Parts: sequence; C-alpha cells; structure tokens
Amino acid sequence: MRLKLIFQLFLRSSMLQKKRAILTVAAIAWGTVAILLLLAFGQGLKDQLMKSRRAMGLNIAVIWPGETSRPWKGLPAGRPVRPIADDVEYLRQRMPDLKGVLGEIHSWGTTLTYGRKTVTSHVIGTNWIYGEMRNHIPQPGGRFFNPIDEAEKRRVVFLGNKLATDIFGKEDPVGKTLQLNSSPYLVIGVMKPKLQMGNYAGPEDDHAVIPITTYIAQYGTQQLNNLVIQVHRPEEMPEALKRFKEVLSAKYGFNPEDPKVFGIWDTVKGSEIMGKMMLGIELFLGIIGALTLLIGGIGVANIMYAVVKEKTREIGIQMAMGARRSWITGPFVLQGLIYTLLGGACGLVIAVTIVILLSLIPTGGNQALAFLGKPTLSWPIGISTAAILGLIGLLAGYFPARRAASIDPAETLRYE
Amino acid sequence: MNWPLIRRNGRNGANGNGAIIHMDGITKVYDTGKVKVEALRGIDLSVQKGEFVAIVGPSGSGKSTLMNLIGCLDTPTGGQFDLAGEAVAGLDRDQLADVRNRRVGFIFQNFNLLPQISAFENVEMPMLFGGVSKRERRERACELLERVGLGNRMDHKPTELSGGQMQRVAIARALAMNPDILLADEPTGNLDSASGGDIMTLFKNLWEQGGTLVVVTHDMALANRAGRVVEIRDGLIVRDTANAA
Repeated sequence: MRLKLIFQLFLRSSMLQKKRAILTVAAIAWGTVAILLLLAFGQGLKDQLMKSRRAMGLNIAVIWPGETSRPWKGLPAGRPVRPIADDVEYLRQRMPDLKGVLGEIHSWGTTLTYGRKTVTSHVIGTNWIYGEMRNHIPQPGGRFFNPIDEAEKRRVVFLGNKLATDIFGKEDPVGKTLQLNSSPYLVIGVMKPKLQMGNYAGPEDDHAVIPITTYIAQYGTQQLNNLVIQVHRPEEMPEALKRFKEVLSAKYGFNPEDPKVFGIWDTVKGSEIMGKMMLGIELFLGIIGALTLLIGGIGVANIMYAVVKEKTREIGIQMAMGARRSWITGPFVLQGLIYTLLGGACGLVIAVTIVILLSLIPTGGNQALAFLGKPTLSWPIGISTAAILGLIGLLAGYFPARRAASIDPAETLRYE
Repeated sequence: MNWPLIRRNGRNGANGNGAIIHMDGITKVYDTGKVKVEALRGIDLSVQKGEFVAIVGPSGSGKSTLMNLIGCLDTPTGGQFDLAGEAVAGLDRDQLADVRNRRVGFIFQNFNLLPQISAFENVEMPMLFGGVSKRERRERACELLERVGLGNRMDHKPTELSGGQMQRVAIARALAMNPDILLADEPTGNLDSASGGDIMTLFKNLWEQGGTLVVVTHDMALANRAGRVVEIRDGLIVRDTANAA
C-alpha cells in the first residue's frame, strides 16, 4: 500500500525537463557503455588467452629427460636417463588414471619434397593419441593418423597448416605424396589453424607429424626427446607427475626425488597463474568502468538536487497535507532509479551493437586483433553492471531525496 | 457515503470542555546561534469546537509562528499544547505529518496548489496520504469541488483557474480529510474584493455548519465576520474579544 502510494506520488510529480532528462540519461548511457565494453574486452581477452593455452592441450605436462644429480643405489650422479618409445606403453599400463601419455622424437633437419618444391623442416614422430592430446585437429577432408597407422608403421604424414601452404600453395595436400628425406609419405591431413600462445618445440603450424613407429624405422633412433602426459582434472597433475617419476625410477634406477632427472613444464600451474592475472585485469577494467558510471550517477544526483530546490514549495505543501518523510523521498529515489535504469538500457543497446559490429571485423590472422578484437558480453558482466547501475541509481536518488525531506514546511509555505 | 463537509464533533479523546486547541504558556524561541528571538512569550489560548477565531496583529507580532504551532508545522519551545485532546509535544516528524493530515486543513494566502496536477487531483492528495480508498477519494473530491462551486472545473490545472477559484480548490483540499480545524493564513490577501467576499461567505457557511476555523488575517472585514478576535503583539495576546454577532 505504501509502495503503491509512493508510485502514485511519483506519477503525479512532474518529470524532468526534456533537455535535462536527455543529458541525464546520456551520462548514464555513456558510463554503461564504458563499463560494458571494458568488461567485454576483458572477457574477450580472457577467452582468447584461455583458448590459446588450451590450443597446446588441456591439463598437460611436458617432460624432458635429463641426467641424475644424486647418487642412487650405488650409481653415481650425472648419469643420463633416456626413455625410449616403448616406455610410453610401459607408463600407460602402470598409470591407468592418466587421460593420456605420449612420447615424441624430433628431427629438425628433414627435407620435404613435393614435385620441384623442397623445404627443410621439423618432423615429429609420436603416438596416434597426439592428435587429440595436443589439439592437432584436421581440416575437413583430412584426418590424424590412427592406431593402425602406428601399428603397421605406415608412411603417413600430418602437416601443420603453414607448412602445408609453404609446400603445396593453393593445392589440396591431402592424398598427395610427399618425400621425407627421399622416402614417400602420404599426406593424410592438415591441421586446422589455431590461436596458440606458447609451445615447446617451435611453431606447431610449421611442423610435420608421423607415427612414432614409422619414425623409428626411418630415422633409426628410439630415444624420446620428450614425453607428454595428460590428466583428467587439473588437481590430479602433482600426483601424476610424482607417480610418473616413480615408475621410470624403477626402470632406470634413479632417485624419484631427484629434481634434475626431468625438466617439467606443468601447464596446469601456468593456467592457474594466468587465471589470477586475468582476474586482476578484469577487476582493473571493472573499476575503471564503475568509476565512469559513477560520474554519470553524480550527474543524475546533481540534476535531481536542482529539481529538489525548484520544487521546495511543492514539497512543503505535501508535507503540510500530511506526507510522511518516506512519501517525499520515495518518488525522488524512484526517479533517480528510473533515469539510471533508462540510461543503463540505452547503454546496453549501444554496447551490444558495438560488440556485434566488432565481431564482424575479420581478424585476418593479426595476433593483436585476434586477442583484443573479440569483446564478449556474458551474463556475469550483465548482472554485475546491472547491480552497479541499481546501486548508483539508488544513491543518485537518495541524497537529493534526503535534502528534500529536510525541507522545513513552515519556512517554505509562507513566502513566494 | 455522504460525509459531512466539516466535522461537528471531535474524534477520539477531545477533552472534557471540548477544546480543539488548548495552549498553556506556549513559548517559541528561534535560536539562530548568535541571537535568540523570542517569537512567542507565553500564549494561553483555548479554541472550542465550532468557534471561528480571527488572529490579528501587526507583522512580526508572532502570529505566523502561532499559526505554524497550531498547524503542527512546528513544535513549541515550552508550554503545553493539546490538539483535539492530544499532546503534540514529543511527536516525531512522521507523527506530526499524520496529525496534520487528519486534524488540520490548511488554507494559504498564495493558495499553494500543486501546479502540475488538476484541481481534482489536488483535492485528492491529502486523502492519498490518509490512505482513503480510491472510490471514496473520488466521491469525496467530487462532492467537495461541487460544494465550492467548481464541479465543472475539476480537470483544470491551477494555472487555468482564477485566484478566487484556486482558493476555493484549496478550501476543498483543506476539507478533504474532514479535519478538526481549518487553519487559514491571510486567505483573502491575494484576492480581489469580490472573490474575497465569496471566500468569506464560504467560511461563514462552514462555521454555521459547526466547523472550527482559525484565520490569521489583516483583513478587518474578515476578522469582523469571525466570532472571536484574538490580537497578538510582541508574542503575547493583548486582546481576546467576542464579536457581536
């Protein structure tokens, strides 16, 4: 009933003059656009960063063998530990909780020849699970190699997209035969371009991948350059790495606590740090946006102060007729809220339009654009902006309303 | 429901002798920090139900202050003030607002109508505060505007009305909550003599119907129509006489 009364009083109170109303709404709209776009760019940056991290593989750790730094069971320090291709299967059997494990052997100086075109490039022999674990997704019409390719040592090759373009130009590489150090290989797939930050063996769009069994047959080495393990959930990584060392320690004879035996890049840890950094960036952007919005709110409050001053006598009249304090302040608070929310709605429409327009701009392989040019509006952004708007609207109405309530009716009624 | 135009009998707890206003040794001091202004220096005033009292006095005599106290727009510094049997001292702002709403109808020299809303809505406003139902508000506002002769001007805004008409809207508004007392401050001050005469006649009618009226005025023609004239000078009552009818 009392809320209804305040609403009725609000309907009867005169609205702002047109010019003031437009200015007020515009100030709030501007603030809203600022906060929404800042947060949207933050979100876009975060999404792209997360995506680019996942491009290398989700929840993976890369492990390079090194040499021991502590004596172990009568063996001296300084012994190299050299896992071989068969250790992948050895590990897989002893660590069934892993999502995946693979080994890699690298050659940086392989010549790739197609027709009259020859390039020297980076070739990796690895297990078939690499395609999935390391996000080598084939473009339509191609595939990554499979367990059968690996078991039968087939001469098949999967190309990075840049390498494919270098060799084949505009031709479709899939199904063509490529010479790797003079041995013919069938191109079975080309990697889909991916946005990627960070790698551990050179750019991934510029290398070729073949089954590890084929690699051993051709290059005659089975010593792994590195291994990669993948866990189901990030929190499983420390335990998995510990277990990994124990398993290989049993086979190769080294202290599982020895920190020098393996060089490890645990991407899960990196993701955590990145997450914290992004939170910091988002907070920073949010605070800047909120401050901009606050300026709009001060504009609303200012104009409403002027209104209170102009309407002093009307307020006095209402008080003389028995209006309680909240019935005087209520309509002002409501008015502040309505202008703020109206401005917020306008700002939302503008911000969404800008975000949609920006998403239409092609990034064209430009890294800066790829990271910054994809502002994204999400529900949390919308809800937090609405909450800030509501708060500012309340404050913008409250302070002028308090001024109104402090009016002394006896003073205002007598004089014109 | 046919409400009386103005209440004849006090509501809850009017004290035994039927005084609507009972003031005993009222003082009012305005403390502006440096100077203390004694606006009222001990007023004893009793107004009975159905009286028509004119308060006269030169500017600065304290009659405006007295008006504010009677209308519960302000509270006295000292003394005892009962309005319709209820002590006003110690009420908070919202309680004073309720008292004004239920017990006092204000009429001002400069009408003080809300300019943006129609005559009808102006009359309805106190009933909005009083929590009167929509149907009753409508009936009562129409009836009151008919009685003051503005039945055909209900939808007009104040700016579309003459001074006399505005004052009649203000009187209708003052009567809306069926108050114990009508409090008028120079009601004819801004009107030509013809309109002023209409207002005086209206007041006289209200009095004859049993209403209680307190009018502050310079206008001796109006004061002479009242049943009783109270003269104030320097914050004290110097004369309190009944007019010969």
